[in-house]
Amino acid sequence: MREVMKLSGWGRYPVIDAHVRAPRDEATLRALVTAQESVIARGAGRAYGDSAINPAATIDMRRFNRMLAFDPSRGQLTAEAGVVLADVISSFLPRGWFPSVTPGTKFVTLGGMIAADVHGKNHHKDGSFRQFVDWIDVMDADGVVARCSRDENADLFDFTLGGMGLTGVILRAAFRLRPVETAWIRQTTLPASDLKAAMAIFEETHESTYSVAWIDCLATGGSLGRSIVMTGEHAGVGDLPKHAGSPFVTRPNPSLPVPVDFPSFIFNRHMVRAFNAIYYAKQALRPGPRLVDWDSFFYPLDSILGWNRIYGKSGFAQFQCVIPLDRAREGLESLLHAISATGAGSFLAVLKRFGPQESAFSFPMAGYTLALDFPINPQTLSLLETLDQITVAHQGRFYLAKDARMTSGTLRAADGRVEDFTRARRAQGWSRRFRSSQAERLSI
Amino acid sequence: MTNAPVLIIGARSDIALAVAHKYAALGRPIQLAARRAASLVAERDDIVLRYDVPVSLHEFDALAAQTHEAFVSELPALPDIAVCAVGYMGDQSASERDIAAAVCVMRSNFEGPASILAVLANRFAERGSGVLVGISSVAGERGRATNYVYGASKAGFTAFLSGLRNRLAKQGVHVVTVLPGFVATRMTEGMALPARLTAQPDEVADAIERAVRKSRNVVYVRPVWRLIMAGIRNIPEAVFKRMKI
Repeated sequence: MREVMKLSGWGRYPVIDAHVRAPRDEATLRALVTAQESVIARGAGRAYGDSAINPAATIDMRRFNRMLAFDPSRGQLTAEAGVVLADVISSFLPRGWFPSVTPGTKFVTLGGMIAADVHGKNHHKDGSFRQFVDWIDVMDADGVVARCSRDENADLFDFTLGGMGLTGVILRAAFRLRPVETAWIRQTTLPASDLKAAMAIFEETHESTYSVAWIDCLATGGSLGRSIVMTGEHAGVGDLPKHAGSPFVTRPNPSLPVPVDFPSFIFNRHMVRAFNAIYYAKQALRPGPRLVDWDSFFYPLDSILGWNRIYGKSGFAQFQCVIPLDRAREGLESLLHAISATGAGSFLAVLKRFGPQESAFSFPMAGYTLALDFPINPQTLSLLETLDQITVAHQGRFYLAKDARMTSGTLRAADGRVEDFTRARRAQGWSRRFRSSQAERLSI
Repeated sequence: MTNAPVLIIGARSDIALAVAHKYAALGRPIQLAARRAASLVAERDDIVLRYDVPVSLHEFDALAAQTHEAFVSELPALPDIAVCAVGYMGDQSASERDIAAAVCVMRSNFEGPASILAVLANRFAERGSGVLVGISSVAGERGRATNYVYGASKAGFTAFLSGLRNRLAKQGVHVVTVLPGFVATRMTEGMALPARLTAQPDEVADAIERAVRKSRNVVYVRPVWRLIMAGIRNIPEAVFKRMKI
C-alpha cells in the first residue's frame, strides 16, 4: 500500500487526503520514518478526529500484529502495536484473562490504547491503561528503538502514554491482563432522576469495579441530568446458573452492519428526545441486578458494525471533557443547560466518575467526565465552542482521542501540561519527525 | 472432529498464514513448512499464544523434489489436511528474456507443488484418508501475454490436481483446487487491483476451510471470478489473440 487515500477518524470528520504506507517489518518501517519529513503512526483508526492522520505520511501499523509472549504468573502479555484488543479477548478470555482496562470498543489496537492512554468503566478504581503497562518499545526519529518503563527512559514512558503518537512509533509493549472466573458481569441498573442523584449514586458505589451512566442530555428543569447508572462486577463461577456449562462461553452477539449513510434529517431533536425518553423509561422499569455477557456490558456499540454511518455523510464530532470534583456539579449543569437549550441532543451521552490519575499528558483526572456526540453542522459546531468555554471556565480538560475541531488556544487554556509536552517534544527531537493533523491544529 | 495436524506448505505467504490461523482457531495442531523455517518463529509463537495449539516448524524446499519423500517421512505426524500455498509470480518480461527465470517460475508453481502433493497423495491413499488442497490460479485458465509463464505453470498444476482428485476419489482422499483470483498479499503489493475483485487472505482461508469441510472440488474465493473466467475461456481464440487483457 503506497497511495493517497481519504482518511478520517471514526467520526468521519475531517476527511483528509493522506499518503498511507503499511510496512510489514521493522526495517521497512525504519526506512520510512527516517526518510520522511514527518510521519504519524495509525492503528485501527478509532480515534474520532484527526489524531492519526498525517497528509505527508501516515503509517498503518496493523501489519505489526503478532502476540509475542505471555507470562501467566503475572498475566503479562507482550504484543506488537497492531494487535487488536478483540483478538486479545478471544485468545485469553477462554483461559481466564480479561483486559485490565478497556475502552468502549474492542476494535482498537494496542498502540492506539497506549497513545490515547485509554480509560474504562473502572477508572475510578484502577486508573487508566497506563497502570497496567509495564514497558513500551518506541522508535525515534532516527529509527532507533528504545524500551521505556517506569524505571528506564521514564520521560519517554510518561509522555508516550497519552502522547497521541507524538513521541515516536509505538512498536510493542508488555501489559497485564486481569484474572477472571467467568465471561459474565453482574450488572446493577440504578435509575437517577436528576444529576444530583446520579452523582450521589457514583459516590455511593465507589467500591464497584465498574460504573458508568447513560445521561439524557435533553431532559430539562427538575429532570436535568436524569441518568441510568450501571455498575458491574466480574461474576464468579458461583454466580452462574448450575447448568451453565463453560463459564467462558457466551452466545456471540449478532453483528448488524450499517450498510448506508443515514440521511441527516433522521437526526432531529424530536427523534433524539423520543429515543432518550423511551430508553430511560425502559431501563428505569427494570432496575436491580442481572447477569450480562462481557460483550454486551463493555461493547454495546460494537454489535452495530459501522455505527458511525448513522450520522450520515458529513460525519459527527465527539466531545469529551473531565471536570474536577469540586467544580463538577456546576460545570456539568452548565454543560447540560447549554445542550438542552439548543436541543442538539446526543444519542450517546455518557457520564462517568474518574478516580485520581498521575501522568504527564493523559486525559483523566479525579472528577466527572461527560462524553457526547453530535452530527456535524454549523449549529452543533457553535454549540461545541460553547461547551469548550464552559469546560475551561470550570477548570476541566479535553480528551484528544475524541477531538476533531478544538483550537490551540482552547487546549492551552484548559491544560497547563501542553507547554511541558511541547517543550519535551522539541528537546527530545520528537517534534522534528512525529506530527499529526491534530498536532498541527493544536500546535502541540 | 479429528485432531490430526494441518500441514501448511509454503507457510511464509500471507494466504498460508491466514490458513494456519484459521485452523489453529478451530483447535487444530499446525505444521508450518517453508524454506528458512527458523525465521517463522515469531509467526509460530503468535499462533501458539492466540489459539493455544501446538505449532511446529519444518524446513522445506519446494524446488528440491528429491527431498520431498524424506520431508514427509520426518514429519512428527502425518497430517490430515495438507495445504500447498507454494507459488511464485516472477516477472513476465524477465521470463521472456531469460529462460532460467522462466524455468524458475515453472518449477515453483508446477514441479515443486506437484511433487510434494504427489508424495502426500501416496501416504494419504495408503492410510485411506486425508484432504489435499492446492492453491492454483485463475491465471491458469487461459494464457495471456502479460503472464503466460506463470499462467502455464498454474494450468499444469490445476490439471495435476484434477487428475489427482480423479485418481484418489475412490480411495478416501479428497483434493481441493483453489482459484483465488486477486488477493491482497505481498505478491500483489503495489499492483492496482480492483477492490471488488480482490479478496483478503482471511477470505481465502475461510473459503479453503469451507471447501475442505464440504468436500468441494474447485473453488473460486469470490464467486464473481467464476463468471469472469467463464467469459474469458469462451472468447474465440481469433479474437482473444488480439486482445489486451
